[in-house]
Amino acid sequence: MLTFTLRRLLLAIPTLLFISLVIFLLVDLAPGSPMSEIPLTVPPEVRQKMIEAMGADQPVLVRYLLWLRQFFWVEPATLIDGWFGTSLAGGEQRILSWQTRSPVFTMIGQRIPQTLTVVGTAYLLGVLIALPIGIYSAYRQYSWFDQAGTLFAMIGFSVPTFFTGTLLIIIFAVGLGWFPTKYDTTLTVTDWDSFLAHVRQMALPVLTLALANAAAISRYMRSSMLDNMGQDYVRTARAKGMSERTVVLKHVLRNSLIPVVTVIALGIPSIFGGAIITENLFGVNGIGAALILAIHANDLPTVQTLAFIFAVLIVLFNLIADILYGLLDPRIRYD
Amino acid sequence: MKLKTALLGAAALAMAAPAAWAERGADGEVKLTFPQAVSIMTPYLSGGTKDIWASSMVLEPLAGIDDQGNLVPKLAAEIPTLANGGVSADMTSITWKLIPGLLWSDGTPVTADDAVFTWQYCTDPAGGCAQATKFDGVASVEAVDAGTVKVTFTGPKPNPYTAFVGALSPILQKAQFASCLGAAAPTCTDANTMPVGTGPFRVTGFTVNDTVSMEANPNYRDPAKPAFATAVIKGGGDAESSARAVMETGEFDYAWNTQIPPESQAAMTAAGKGQFVVAFGTLVERIEMNMTDPSPDLPEGERSTAKHPHPILSDIRVRTALSKAIDRSILVEVGYGAGGKPTCNVIPAPDAWASDNTGCIAQDIEGAKALLEEAGWTDSDGDGIRDKDGKKLSILYQTTVNPVRQDFQALIKDWWSEIGVETELKAIDPGVFFGGDPGSPDTFQKFYADVEMYANNSDNPDPETYLGQYQCKNAPSPDNQWQGENINRFCDPAFDALHAKLTQTTDLAERQAIAKQLNDMVTRDSMVVVPLVHRGTLSAHSNSLGGVIINAWDSELWNVADWFRVK
Amino acid sequence: MTDAPTAPAPRPRSQARAIWDQFRTHKGALFGLIVLCLLVLFVVIGPLIWQPEKLRVAEALKVRNLGPSWRFPLGTDQLGRDMLYRMMQAGKVSLAVGFIAMMIAIFVGTTIGVLAGYFRRLDGPLMRLTDMFLALPLIPLLLVLVMLFRDRIAQVLGPETGAFVLIVFAIGITSWMQAARIVRGEVLALREREYVLAARSIGAAPRRIILRHILPNVISPVMVAATLGVAEAIITESVLSFLGLGFPPDFPTWGRLLYDGLQYMQLYPERVLWPGLAISLTVLAVNYIGDGLRDALDPRIRGR
Repeated sequence: MLTFTLRRLLLAIPTLLFISLVIFLLVDLAPGSPMSEIPLTVPPEVRQKMIEAMGADQPVLVRYLLWLRQFFWVEPATLIDGWFGTSLAGGEQRILSWQTRSPVFTMIGQRIPQTLTVVGTAYLLGVLIALPIGIYSAYRQYSWFDQAGTLFAMIGFSVPTFFTGTLLIIIFAVGLGWFPTKYDTTLTVTDWDSFLAHVRQMALPVLTLALANAAAISRYMRSSMLDNMGQDYVRTARAKGMSERTVVLKHVLRNSLIPVVTVIALGIPSIFGGAIITENLFGVNGIGAALILAIHANDLPTVQTLAFIFAVLIVLFNLIADILYGLLDPRIRYD
Repeated sequence: MKLKTALLGAAALAMAAPAAWAERGADGEVKLTFPQAVSIMTPYLSGGTKDIWASSMVLEPLAGIDDQGNLVPKLAAEIPTLANGGVSADMTSITWKLIPGLLWSDGTPVTADDAVFTWQYCTDPAGGCAQATKFDGVASVEAVDAGTVKVTFTGPKPNPYTAFVGALSPILQKAQFASCLGAAAPTCTDANTMPVGTGPFRVTGFTVNDTVSMEANPNYRDPAKPAFATAVIKGGGDAESSARAVMETGEFDYAWNTQIPPESQAAMTAAGKGQFVVAFGTLVERIEMNMTDPSPDLPEGERSTAKHPHPILSDIRVRTALSKAIDRSILVEVGYGAGGKPTCNVIPAPDAWASDNTGCIAQDIEGAKALLEEAGWTDSDGDGIRDKDGKKLSILYQTTVNPVRQDFQALIKDWWSEIGVETELKAIDPGVFFGGDPGSPDTFQKFYADVEMYANNSDNPDPETYLGQYQCKNAPSPDNQWQGENINRFCDPAFDALHAKLTQTTDLAERQAIAKQLNDMVTRDSMVVVPLVHRGTLSAHSNSLGGVIINAWDSELWNVADWFRVK
Repeated sequence: MTDAPTAPAPRPRSQARAIWDQFRTHKGALFGLIVLCLLVLFVVIGPLIWQPEKLRVAEALKVRNLGPSWRFPLGTDQLGRDMLYRMMQAGKVSLAVGFIAMMIAIFVGTTIGVLAGYFRRLDGPLMRLTDMFLALPLIPLLLVLVMLFRDRIAQVLGPETGAFVLIVFAIGITSWMQAARIVRGEVLALREREYVLAARSIGAAPRRIILRHILPNVISPVMVAATLGVAEAIITESVLSFLGLGFPPDFPTWGRLLYDGLQYMQLYPERVLWPGLAISLTVLAVNYIGDGLRDALDPRIRGR
């Protein structure tokens, strides 16, 4: 297992480098320019000057190599300088966003907390809702609970979050006035009142996302449970006179969790990726909102950096899912 | 004695009264929300309107423009004119005098050197300054003394109020930006996001693309202002959610750019928490006619270039018919409500500059049909679509993805089908359409369609530069990487000559007459540009926010120092 | 099941028969099938029966934003267009896009998943490919696809069919990864099962093992992915339209109607209700059919 993990980690390096190049070329090739949000009143000559000042007119390979250097050397060096007061980076240029002219990593640092609290909570909540629903639905297949669960799940993922989010805003914020519609990112939790305010502003976006997450995961859980309920080992276990509780929660659940764990683990990078639509709708300044803004503004350095970090997480969690597989199902061998 | 006491008492009351309602910081917090979040706090490195409006609360120019389009002094003691000798008789220089004793928010004095530095900053070739046109024709900026700035032009400048006028060209603090010249400009993150200014507020916190937190500037020149102690600008979401946060939930006091459907405007106003206000500048939603052939059969590099005139739209009768078939009042009613007015001009305002042409407002379906008949387009095969020489009268109509524009497309397609014109619709992502990437076939400059719809405006009440776009030489083509502004490839030597005359003319009345004539040449007389709607910027403010005067000629937040809480 | 339907080979026929018999006993599946058929009838036959009056612009604007009535059973939109007719037109596109794109995604996903799970040699490269597709930012990818291929496809197939093919392809190519990873996970476990080992030990060709022993056993996660896929494809199409990459703007789809209705949600909630309901019904129907199919295809259940 250890050699497998190490080999996969080593292999990940060239893979990620290749992925970063593909992303870079892709974003560069996409139509649109960093000038797309500049008003038409700014004449072409000035636009050209602005593009030159950004360095966006350099050949794509030059920009890619510069980005590599900035990402793998300047940014870590700056981080270390910040911690220990050294001067490794030597004042070299950090990765600057074309749109905001500020370092991309400062922006990421500002946004990670919101993303983790809102999207992370929503994911956790979604999983916590989904697993019991899925398990019980499968155990009592075609009962009214199963039917209700199915209906909930179907509605959950057939209506997009832009719909549920707006609906929740209209009911709970405009109609009842319980929750704010805009997330206040300057709010710091210092006492009970500000904590409550924080919970209130998190409520709607978390609910929107949790519903969508729970819907999908509960379906995978249910289907996986159903598959295992009919297996021979379950019959054997029952025949041995084990309690129904032990059979379901120990034998069936453990085996059913294998594909579900993949789904859950593979979904974790998407927490970092944020929830583009929901974050935007509620004004949560998370990573998702930043990515979509950067894409619309054709802000290549930001898109590239975010997409690459995302790629790293995907590769990492894929590996984690594979390791979990091996732990959950001893029959699976990696060599 | 008694009288004296009474008088003293009255005097004390008189002193106390204004202080009671106009004391700096007495009204707590004012909360603003923008659908697009603020990226940077200096207009010189951003072209985005959201950034410029936000920075206008902190940075100030020498003079601003009020809601009527008149100049008002900001950092200058008065507006220099020919009459007071501030503008030289030959119009080659303008001399500004600063208000004595001005301080930056950090307590240091504002001097003429700061203005000189600002000019150097924006004209540095490596800096990529977004407002470089504000300094077009400026030969030098000098500090005559600490309180006097002299701007010298390369020649007579009929409109000398460009540099340091309006929210687009405020004065930067030399001390703060001195190391940010040229290529270093974007790297000065702290200065760019928290600039030291002279405005009523100063930045205390800045989260990129999200929130700007501000507090009252302790050194603001009017000791009684601003009434608010702190201000917050929260960005993000969309027009709908911004409007809702002010008009329905009351979370915010002011929302900029809340263009939502007229039905929703009415419903939100009915909620009674706030009101919509509109500023009409020069923004005109228009259909541009392609004078060149965009046919995909032509080799790349010849498509939509002057080499091949448009097979259908080169005929002015067709262009006029297309315009006549449109009912602009319905467009306004469906799409903009209070935020728009029908118009036939590219320069719809200010009144002194706008042509009185209203000939296109009344829809004339029969007239349009007659014109097409006259032009030889008849429906010979009876399928409802006109044709000529075996070619169908079929048009590709493109615009950006935007709900209002898609409604306009649907309506106009129906009207055009009523006069026998077939229309194919196309909607393009605005980032691609306005992006100007020469590699993309879908930019508005490339114009690989027969007609296209978008909005454009002049950033100055004086439309000289704006009208200059329609000169022959500005046509986008492969030779200039498709970067021209004459989208239609309109080319009329008479227009170019008259525009040249405008640039030489200094008499205001004459300038206005020429501008009107130029406006008519591209619209009424040639129908190359078909204006549809004069659009305003719709903003919303809560009923508890007082002092808002909407302004289309300068920053919308131009008088934020005067805002107060209605009690 | 690989035989062509015209070949009257007795064994596959009886197997298909058995599957159908099992499928019929599943109440939910039958209900799903009926609902789906009704939806298909609604969008295919509907426009032939329900012909709304052709209104001129001026007339249409007098009947803007109406609620349901006999004249307009589902009301009218902000331009006075009949919502029922638009729902039918939109459904035709949405259903076609949803199903075809889902099938492409499932086919690609299952193929890659099975290959990666079964053949160790391919596992690494194929899974890294999957990682790459997951990591690529979707919107630039779609923009590039459209920029590169739209005009070329349109020249060959005409603008509307061209748009359809491109959209279906774009959605398919960007949504197969989830299915691939889940299938691979399942296959990794199945590969070590006794019956597969047994088949391998008697020298069965990998092709046969995959088709006979592996595929039937991964059907259930694939069905879930397929159900999710239809909904996702319909919604993704609306995102594409929103980016101007979908069908021409006068071409309604359920996703787009839903999106357009959003800004009128407070005033005219039915405007979002109809497309939302239609999408949910489709997904619900597909889900129940999927349930039924899974039971029908599972030899253990079918035998009982």
